[in-house]
Amino acid sequence: MADAPQIPDEAETRARWGAFAWTAENAAKAKAVIARYPAGRQRSAVMPLLDLAQRQVGAETQTQGWLPVPVIEFVAAQLDMPFMRAYEVASFYTMYNLVPVGRYHVQVCGTTPCLLRGSDDVMAACKNRGMIKGKTTPDGLFTLTEVECMGTCTNAPMVQINDDNYEDLDFDRMAAILDALAAGETPKAGTQIPGRHTSEPEGGPTTLKEMVKANHDYRKEW
Amino acid sequence: MSLQDKDRIFTNIYGFQPWNLKSAQMRGDWDKTKDLMKRGQDAIIEEIKASGLRGRGGAGFPTGLKWSFMPKEPRADRPSFLVINADESEPGSCKDREIIRHDPHKLIEGALIAGFAMRARAAYIYIRGEFIREAETLFAAVQEAYDAGLLGKNAAKSGYDFDVFVHRGAGAYICGEETAMIESLEGKKGQPRLKPPFPAGAGLYGCPTTVNNVESIAVVPTILRRGAPWFSSFGRENNKGTKLFQISGHVNTPCVVEEEMSIPFRELIDKHCGGIRGGWDNLLAVIPGGSSVPLVPAAEIMDCPMDFDGLKAVGSGLGTAAAIVMDKSTDVVQAISRISYFYKHESCGQCTPCREGTGWMWRVMERLRTGDADISEIDTLYDVTKQVEGHTICALGDAAAWPIQGLIKHFRPELERRIRDNGALEAAE
Repeated sequence: MADAPQIPDEAETRARWGAFAWTAENAAKAKAVIARYPAGRQRSAVMPLLDLAQRQVGAETQTQGWLPVPVIEFVAAQLDMPFMRAYEVASFYTMYNLVPVGRYHVQVCGTTPCLLRGSDDVMAACKNRGMIKGKTTPDGLFTLTEVECMGTCTNAPMVQINDDNYEDLDFDRMAAILDALAAGETPKAGTQIPGRHTSEPEGGPTTLKEMVKANHDYRKEW
Repeated sequence: MSLQDKDRIFTNIYGFQPWNLKSAQMRGDWDKTKDLMKRGQDAIIEEIKASGLRGRGGAGFPTGLKWSFMPKEPRADRPSFLVINADESEPGSCKDREIIRHDPHKLIEGALIAGFAMRARAAYIYIRGEFIREAETLFAAVQEAYDAGLLGKNAAKSGYDFDVFVHRGAGAYICGEETAMIESLEGKKGQPRLKPPFPAGAGLYGCPTTVNNVESIAVVPTILRRGAPWFSSFGRENNKGTKLFQISGHVNTPCVVEEEMSIPFRELIDKHCGGIRGGWDNLLAVIPGGSSVPLVPAAEIMDCPMDFDGLKAVGSGLGTAAAIVMDKSTDVVQAISRISYFYKHESCGQCTPCREGTGWMWRVMERLRTGDADISEIDTLYDVTKQVEGHTICALGDAAAWPIQGLIKHFRPELERRIRDNGALEAAE
């Protein structure tokens, strides 16, 4: 477990997060989440509630959010489950951050389909800005992580930053996105190839061309 | 002869038009769903069986047959569940994402009809955590269906009560394995269960459960509307229907596209992907079905029909129909080694051969990449892949072993060359 995260200091974390509780808005959301599962099976809600808690921590700290131990304890208590059962969920899934991250969590996909299309250049653009894999920049702006396949392979290479994907990248496009974020702007999400819409072939679709302009109903041709 | 637009199921796959209910209805979704359900549960299952639809998640199990394993008369204290696998994480695969964000109502209508046919009480759609915007769309689409009376009590005025819930994952490839998915839905670590019992006997909350891929469910309403003979008019015997192909890597225009099953690889690439980068002579190899299947060298794949049997015949598989194309500029050892790293990262750690083996295999692959190895280690590595394969609870161990086996089978001379060159370099120093 050499690459296990170094959990932040217990006393400090407890002092800051020991009184964690839902905001009014999130309390309502949590209730709606629990209602999706059968009575007595509220434990099923542990994943969505950990996500909600991480987002609340993120909102309070102006970062992507993380899960301090007292916050995990809070979620476990909400669901009437032992802390350890919630903690093992938090530590099993990669999207729960067990240590603080920056304002923007830059997750560069490095799996083979992205590798073949130049994910090394995307990573280089990050490193060129002083980012180090697994670390947060000193200004607290960016945390860089190499992640596994994000399911966007026909728009490779790609990066996910907080809730948005940026696709069809190269060194310059990635640098431009990081510059925009650092300047407090919101770059356009999705593909970065001018003229490409989503996962159709670049240059225009080879099929279903009627759909580009209008909501075509093909049933008339059945 | 190729697939015409009128025979494509996912007409809004690129999202040029809105995904919302009104637009989807104008394209034909949710059209007299009640009448489709009126045909009866057994008739629906028979129609799906007759269509020849095989599961689109990778294993290719006949969908109708799978549904028929569910209890005909569920007990009140043990309701049946449909779980829809939207944990699309197989490297190369990106089709379910397009269905969910651009055509979600096909999936939701399919969930109702499939859930009804297998006599389920509710469906849970398990969407991978990283599909954040896609999940937002899916939640909103489900809400639209509830608001329109298409889900919930007396769903679509069919007299049948049915709920659809969305559950987000949080970043674990293994949750795409059906029993790991069930564990995860129950609020646990996603570690696969031993089978038997199979989910149809004891799945989610110990109740009868069927797990189906997004695409398998989303094609169901169209199959019922157009009939089994229409669907089975595409593709070769035993490999019927239309299919979403995803082509990534070294083609000129990577894309997702719906085509006829059994389309030859060359035709698929020339028609939709602008050919291989640098021309067909520049093709090195293809991983035709997502990272879990062995690669196929250029000469064998070029004219291979892209279907279950065609790819099996060349020692690989259709998987999710995600073709990862590699041209001659590719460091093929690095490409496969990166896949080995993926499996090391995603092993859930439950079974020793996989937990220890994936890391070991990756470390040896990295040495083979630079040639820092002994020739005999190629056989040792092959032997270890055989020790992992078939000795784990789930197929992740197999999936980690096969790409390496494929590499050794087809590129042993390249591995040996690197070892010799590295040895010569060291001797020179």
